[in-house]
Amino acid sequence: MSTASVKLPNWINYGLMPLINLIVAFLISGLVIWLIGESPLEALDFMLRGALGSGEAIGFTLYYATSFIFTGLSVAIAFHAGLFNIGSEGQAYVGGLGAALVALALDHYVPWYVTMPFAILGAALFGAAWAFIPAWMQAKRGSHIVITTIMFNFIGAALMVYLLVNVLIVPGKMAPETRTFLPGGQLPKLDWLMAIFGMKLGAAPLNFSFIIALVMCVLIWLLIWRTKLGFEMRTLGVSPSAAIYAGVPYVRTVIIAMLLSGALAGMMALNPVLGASARLQVEFVGGAGFVGIAVSLMGRNHPLGIVLAAILFGLLYKGGDELSFERPAITRDMVMVIQGLVILFAGALEHMFRPAIVKIYTRFAKG
Amino acid sequence: METFDIFISILGSTIRLSIPLIFTALAGLFSERAGVFDIGLEGKMLAGAFAAACVAYLTGSAFAGLGAAIVVSMIFSLIHGFASITSRGNQIVSGVALNFVAAGLAVVLGHAWFGQGGRTPTVANDARFQPITLPGVDMMRDVPFIGPIYANVISGNNLLTYLAFLAVPLSWWVLYRTRFGLRLRAVGENPGAVDTAGISVIWLRYRATLVAGFLCGFSGAYLAIAQSAAFINNMSAGKGYIALAALIFAKWKPVPVLFACLLFGFLDAFANFMQGKAVPGLGEVPVQIFQALPYVLTCVLLAGFIGVARPPKAGGVAYTKER
Repeated sequence: MSTASVKLPNWINYGLMPLINLIVAFLISGLVIWLIGESPLEALDFMLRGALGSGEAIGFTLYYATSFIFTGLSVAIAFHAGLFNIGSEGQAYVGGLGAALVALALDHYVPWYVTMPFAILGAALFGAAWAFIPAWMQAKRGSHIVITTIMFNFIGAALMVYLLVNVLIVPGKMAPETRTFLPGGQLPKLDWLMAIFGMKLGAAPLNFSFIIALVMCVLIWLLIWRTKLGFEMRTLGVSPSAAIYAGVPYVRTVIIAMLLSGALAGMMALNPVLGASARLQVEFVGGAGFVGIAVSLMGRNHPLGIVLAAILFGLLYKGGDELSFERPAITRDMVMVIQGLVILFAGALEHMFRPAIVKIYTRFAKG
Repeated sequence: METFDIFISILGSTIRLSIPLIFTALAGLFSERAGVFDIGLEGKMLAGAFAAACVAYLTGSAFAGLGAAIVVSMIFSLIHGFASITSRGNQIVSGVALNFVAAGLAVVLGHAWFGQGGRTPTVANDARFQPITLPGVDMMRDVPFIGPIYANVISGNNLLTYLAFLAVPLSWWVLYRTRFGLRLRAVGENPGAVDTAGISVIWLRYRATLVAGFLCGFSGAYLAIAQSAAFINNMSAGKGYIALAALIFAKWKPVPVLFACLLFGFLDAFANFMQGKAVPGLGEVPVQIFQALPYVLTCVLLAGFIGVARPPKAGGVAYTKER
């Protein structure tokens, strides 16, 4: 009997297998650290303490996690519809433009809670707009969405650099960035949240976008598992031909899924642009769009899993900062290696251990 | 500068900037025609460049550097093959993952070994691929028009440049005139038929990805020890993706690949040349337009406005023999 057709219980599929994949990825990362002559256990210790050791450390970890929740959701919603959106990076970048324009227009006149809904809308609209052409090309012209979204990442980067260097830059300044938003264009820090747990946020940029991200998780869960549109998207993702046969409008569903994906990616920009630095800067996304792929794969495309995976990656990012500070021989790029290995083992090689697990499970279940 | 001199200088840098694209796009050609999508070209190139710089620095031999680049790049191919052919995992995910691993690992190892923040030490000149002066340059130099082109564009490139131009007809010959090539193309269109004929789909696809790794080794070595003299963090700078765009732009055919790469190389060279210069009537044209143009052109092509780009039919799908 082929092991591929054996049905495994959910706790193995969604708990044990990701865990095993994650452990293998970490073991290999440990091997790399050992290879360059450092102690993996000591590195782990530094990372954990650096990411969780104080209120400020946790604030940074959750700040990173906020970005990854948005991009993770963005990748996941496209995945559910059977689309691989590599373009979250570019959509987030352009989404930043939408958020920044709103902040620049309103921050003189209104308090932050009036600006916020418009900024969310601006970021989501611009992100969705950047996903629209690849979506349309996939739906109408059959161009592979992976390729077009990669292309749009580069086109988006060129566009944003052009706008920041030539249009949005503060006259007379050298740095290609907008002016700093007034408090009316910023999202407030979450001091009170940390205070509930008796901790101090310090200089950590954890801000209101964290709450927005959690709300989005609930909304996306509702959309995917509790609405007709979500059902249509999932059907399309499992079998396009069955979905079309059952009357799911292909073009409409693909485009809506990608627009939602782009909108979520765009909203990621709220966190760094309105939350942390209060201005739009070149390359503010910093790879968060790609981390979204890892987060979505690790979290099995479920909002709850995505939150957990995003926190894990937030921990890696903050821990990685701390590690490279404590052990200068290990650069921050170690995080990128770990990220790559997690994508490899949780994504591309997710079935590598399956046959062995199936064997153990069937023996155990029979006996 | 005289118009003709400008023309010669842009032509020369077009060639130099196209070479890594040509090797990489040909690598993608072999892999994708066999039905294995390879987003990981960028990572293989980067890993190859790092290996080439390290080994050339340590041994003082350019060929040892090239060999190391090829070996490392082929190891990445094997991992990609294992994930996408044997384990039947998602080929795109695997490619994305390997890009991260390569980009991260090169800096982590480079920093740990050489302590220069991810850079490798500068490779001595005789451990690099040096410009070769073709015979008869001095004699030809005074011939109008052809002379300067021969002296400054055709002659004076390094060995890898000439190999890149040789690799194009060679790839065409392998793909269209050998049994291996026929089977490789068949396996990308209809693996079931190839399997029925008693030929191993798995082994064929592995060989195709290994060829891709082999070619990416050349482009990596070109970046690190021919064009420059060290490995620099993220020195491939998206060239792997431009090569992918060129491959699509060339509709997955070897000779058009050459022209697509030359076109994209030219755009790059022209952008460098135009930096800070004003066009009469238009003013200064932003460089970003030229940077984005290869991607825009590829998208326009993919949308079906300039002919139809039809990818290999079985591309991206792992072959399952039976259930």
